[in-house]
Amino acid sequence: MWQLLQIELFKIFRKPRTYISFGAIAAMVIIVQIALKFDGQSYIEFILGSLKETLDIPYATILNGYFVCFIILNLLLIHIPLLIALVAGDEVAGEANMGTLRLLVSKPVSRTELMLAKFFATVIYTALVLAWMAFLSLVLSIFIFGTNDLIVARSNTLEIINRSDIMWRYLAAFAYATVALTTVAALAFMLSVFAENSIGPIVSTISIVIVFTILSEMQIPLYDRTVKPYLFTSHMLGWKGFFYLKADAEGVSIPGTVENLPAVMRSMSILLGYIVLFAGSAIVVFKKKDILS
Amino acid sequence: MHRPLAARGDKILLLLTAVVHRLSARVLIYMYCLIMNVINVSHLSKQFRDINAVTDLSFSVQEADVYGFLGQNGAGKSTTIRMLLTLISPSEGEIELFGMNLRSHRKEILRQVGAVIERPDLYKYLSAYENLLLFAKMSGMRIRRKQLMDQLEMVGLADRADSKVRTYSQGMKQRLGIAIALVHNPRLVILDEPVNGLDPQGIADMRNLILHLSRHLKKTVLVSSHLLNEMEQIATRMLIIDKGKKIIEGSVSELFNPAKTIVEAATTDAATAAEIISKGPWASHLKHVHADHLVFELHKNQLSDLLKDLGVMNIAITAFTPVNSLEKYFLSLTGTNQHVAAFAN
Repeated sequence: MWQLLQIELFKIFRKPRTYISFGAIAAMVIIVQIALKFDGQSYIEFILGSLKETLDIPYATILNGYFVCFIILNLLLIHIPLLIALVAGDEVAGEANMGTLRLLVSKPVSRTELMLAKFFATVIYTALVLAWMAFLSLVLSIFIFGTNDLIVARSNTLEIINRSDIMWRYLAAFAYATVALTTVAALAFMLSVFAENSIGPIVSTISIVIVFTILSEMQIPLYDRTVKPYLFTSHMLGWKGFFYLKADAEGVSIPGTVENLPAVMRSMSILLGYIVLFAGSAIVVFKKKDILS
Repeated sequence: MHRPLAARGDKILLLLTAVVHRLSARVLIYMYCLIMNVINVSHLSKQFRDINAVTDLSFSVQEADVYGFLGQNGAGKSTTIRMLLTLISPSEGEIELFGMNLRSHRKEILRQVGAVIERPDLYKYLSAYENLLLFAKMSGMRIRRKQLMDQLEMVGLADRADSKVRTYSQGMKQRLGIAIALVHNPRLVILDEPVNGLDPQGIADMRNLILHLSRHLKKTVLVSSHLLNEMEQIATRMLIIDKGKKIIEGSVSELFNPAKTIVEAATTDAATAAEIISKGPWASHLKHVHADHLVFELHKNQLSDLLKDLGVMNIAITAFTPVNSLEKYFLSLTGTNQHVAAFAN
């Protein structure tokens, strides 16, 4: 199994398309960093809205590495699924299209082992994409903008998180984002089993994510109760929960706390359930599939 | 106290008997291995929705045979080969390889099988060496670079080992496919249409390679093709398949016995003629009935008797053609003369 995993990772990282994600993320992060470096104040004014008229805003303090990372995560985590689908949707369908699937399946490894190796290789790829994003958006931003307290804008209030209380929140957020993106990877992986070329599963995954995201964002009471809680896209932004702090009786934030940890954990469990469902279905279908490619 | 001599003798006798039993069991197992079939297929069928791709197919392949699996495109050869390699699950029937059931001993069996299935499709973004390395690892081999380079040397690709496969010609890919099939030293080699897309030199190389595998390396080779002249030159046994059904199986010498001949008798009403013949002495010689002709197998000196008796039976024969090559024989069995005739015209 370990050897199979090594083989699958070797194949993924020798494919040129694998590096599209890393290149695209680097380009997007750097573009955002350049923009904030030269015109960060305008952006802060934009997100603070009317608050800027009532408060004296210390722009130089707000615009720090943690803040930039938070903005980048908000902007990019919506689009990264497309990049993940590019590799995950190619895992089985790409092999079928190339004609190598029949060679793989005729080797003395079980189909379940083969699929598990492919799936775990996809998970590792997803984690590396997130690690790359973490490095660029957090480490590089800290290097460029320095550190300070993090100010997070909520609907009616501002959350101020002490600089010593931030790093673990980012680690948790990136871990959560890895699970969220693995859900998308698992979906693309499952669709990949049904196809003979990778375009179908990649486009289908992107379409599903877009439709589900629209449904998740729509403010329609009927959907709020019946549909939204079951869509995986409704839980993909659960990482933000790590940046909302519990408040005491006087409304002061308590350092080291998370406002609604059970809700974050529930969302994570739902995503994990989807991963098991998608990956499990892929394995069951593949085990019975006639390889005709 | 000394034990009685008789008791000691009994013990020695018992011991000797046990040794003889054990040895004979080993000898029997060894003998069994020597004569057992490498492939045993019984009543194999595969249905894809409404299409019967393979119907009730049974055949066996013995150790060191070059077994030709012949049929037109779409006859069911590739489907059968895919079932042998567990790519497709049979609708019915059983497959045994090396005396083991394929379903229950899949891994053990596939460790001893190497295959090239249709086109030799490989990872184009990897080099020949990397492709070989990946598949050798998947076959459970402990690999040394020298071993892999020797394998590439054998198929004439050692000097291009580090070139990306996307730069290879069809013939080079085919040779790399063969190297991958052989890298783990399998007992059984399955080649599905190995000469497809090759130039004349490539075809000759492939023929020599198959003969080398069988004669010098004592491998069992199952090779499918629709090119009968190629099969005629390399196969020791053959099976002809058409529309998913076995037409005939046997050694090439049996199928193409110079003392025997195949005759096509063209007639206007083949079905009625076959009914009349099936009641008479020529029934056992009638091999196939097609819409417009009958196929007989008989000794060469019986030809005139058959022609005379057909006249006696009032069967109007419009043409009487001895088939004198395996290719014509194949076409007569599978009823595809009309295609050939169309091209000839």
